[in-house]
Amino acid sequence: MTGGGFPPEWTRAAFSADANPSFSDLLRRADPAAFQVADQGAVAAAARADLPHGTTVLAMRFDGGIVMAGDRRATAGNLIADRRMEKVFPADDHSAVAIAGAAGPAIDMVKLLQVEVEHYEKIEGESLSLEGKANKLAQMIKMNFPMAMQGLVVVPIFGGYDVRRGEGRLFRYDAVGGRYEETDFCSTGSGSLHATASLKKRYRKDMGRDEAVRVALEALMDAADEDTATGGPDLERGIFPNMAVVVADGYTPAGEAELRTVAEELLAQRRNA
Amino acid sequence: MPSLPYYVSPEQLMKDRADYARKGIARGRSIVAVECAPGIVIIAENPSATLRKISELYDRIAYAAVGKYNEFEGLRQAGIRLADMRGWSYGREDVSARSLANAYAQALGTAFTDQMKPYEVEVLVAQIGDTPESDEMYRVLYDGSLQDEEGVLAMGGHAETLMMALEQGYQPGLGLEDAVRLGSQALSSASQDDAALTADKLEVAVLDRARPRRTFRRLSDVDVAGIVQGAG
Repeated sequence: MTGGGFPPEWTRAAFSADANPSFSDLLRRADPAAFQVADQGAVAAAARADLPHGTTVLAMRFDGGIVMAGDRRATAGNLIADRRMEKVFPADDHSAVAIAGAAGPAIDMVKLLQVEVEHYEKIEGESLSLEGKANKLAQMIKMNFPMAMQGLVVVPIFGGYDVRRGEGRLFRYDAVGGRYEETDFCSTGSGSLHATASLKKRYRKDMGRDEAVRVALEALMDAADEDTATGGPDLERGIFPNMAVVVADGYTPAGEAELRTVAEELLAQRRNA
Repeated sequence: MPSLPYYVSPEQLMKDRADYARKGIARGRSIVAVECAPGIVIIAENPSATLRKISELYDRIAYAAVGKYNEFEGLRQAGIRLADMRGWSYGREDVSARSLANAYAQALGTAFTDQMKPYEVEVLVAQIGDTPESDEMYRVLYDGSLQDEEGVLAMGGHAETLMMALEQGYQPGLGLEDAVRLGSQALSSASQDDAALTADKLEVAVLDRARPRRTFRRLSDVDVAGIVQGAG
């Protein structure tokens, strides 16, 4: 951009390729180099082990919406890289995204998704459908494919309240951008095996919001019990999993006070068992 | 006999273009903006419920325009592209109304001097700060002139009549409802229609200081009707 004005093609609100409501397409045209970095040179295995990786995230549907949760630990090889990493983010008012895998590209991907969704809404004057947002995320994972081939895999979970259908919906992805809709619950990351096993026993379709929060927290604690890369609630430091609830009224994070209470109850049950 | 080449003086050329643009703008309906305690209220006379004249540009920045729809819609989208690109490559707080208004001034000014036909639009870029004192409103004219406005602003066919009506009723620190009433009454007094403008003929939006992050919100016809009728 020169002289503080616009490139002339930006004012063309017609049928040209320049007039599309996608921010990532705009970014790719304005700054192609930013998207080529991934193709150049391999990330050495040793360097890869030093990069932080996010571990366990999960999500489930309940009556009236979804809950999405993630532990707070990031690991680099055998080291704890971060104790307070955020892995659950709002994509917009009515959807959430949780990330596992290589932390750097994953956080970039969330940022791009957030701007993408907002950009579309501003240009078009209405929100992208939940389905449209889920597809957009799949395309972003696909764009990350060269990096995934070098071991920097990003595997998010996406979900939200579908305002047009009037229900909560969940999507999980594979490393190459495959998109799969889930009817009940899903989990991804290093502790996902244990989290899924826990969810399988506790999950009921007719759960309310509070019970869903409890079941999600318990599943993360089970994963932390078995997987060294997953962090459980840390009562001494006051670190609790990130949790978001999305219902018809929108996205709300679960508060620390609530998570502390539930975590203490669950720990007490385990002591008495 | 060789025919004389046409000669038009630069003064005449610019005057013709300015007249052309002004006439185009004067045919359209007007927009007013009022700074008030909770933020900035923007009201357009607009019978369409879907083709908008007021829009969100960024977290604290709104866009409004009068004139030719296809032209100001293209400018609106370019503004959103510029704002989102800036916010992406720097930080969200680095996107400012001043730089967006400058971009509009460049685009309109260049078209006015270089193109066959100038833009038949006037653009408002408004931004709220943490306090009413730090609110900003920029008005960009068809030839790229840029004006920094304070308190109230009117654009479109009856801008002068509207400004008089607005200035009579304006004082700093108005509440939201008073600001909406002031703006809608001013528009009614200058409207091409005889009857007072009802809520379905008005498009009302506010940059609301109380909202987190994205401060732009539209008021529904029901909200607006409640406020306008509340005037008694």
